Amino acid sequence: MSIQLKQSDFDAIVAHARAQLPNEACGLVAGLEGEVKKVYFLTNIDASPAHFSLDPKEQLAALKAARAAGWRLLGNWHSHPATPARPSPEDIRLAYDPTAVYLILSLAENEPVLKAFAIQHGGAGEVPVVVRQ
Amino acid sequence: MTITVAGEKKSCGAGLSIARLIALENVETPEYVTVSLNDEFVEQGAFQSTVLHEGDSVEFLYFMGGGQI
Repeated sequence: MSIQLKQSDFDAIVAHARAQLPNEACGLVAGLEGEVKKVYFLTNIDASPAHFSLDPKEQLAALKAARAAGWRLLGNWHSHPATPARPSPEDIRLAYDPTAVYLILSLAENEPVLKAFAIQHGGAGEVPVVVRQ
Repeated sequence: MTITVAGEKKSCGAGLSIARLIALENVETPEYVTVSLNDEFVEQGAFQSTVLHEGDSVEFLYFMGGGQI
């Protein structure tokens, strides 16, 4: 299993996350069989540099839009403005959807780093991310 | 009656509550699931008392949040 996304989608996530600094940015990804077809940029209703929560209304709208396009929600993404791209204890504790992939973008260094994880039962396993031109 | 659950049409008996539907659908960690009924969010405290009707559309949304620390 891997997550594949276009370079343009990766760049869009990075640009959005940087625009939201110092706060964390967040959203959803939809597609098929691990291939991201659409990135959704959602409001971080926590508006915090250290936490995020998706807006449920926007989450519902994205879910319905993805389904209408013939995709499914593959998972969510959020940024870590100042820490590595790894699930924090809070990320793990709040990962309630066992079917979702959790993408984390780190902006801690000059070069952004995007990693993906499957999180279940208090444990996180890394899922390879493939960025394609 | 026929309802739509997560985009799929399903047949169910009359008088089905949201709480019962959550159990029938084997929703994991239901305490962290937000439910929308016909695009309106239903309070957790009303799951037991909210009865579904013909043509209703239900979505389950997991809370999604976290943070870098």
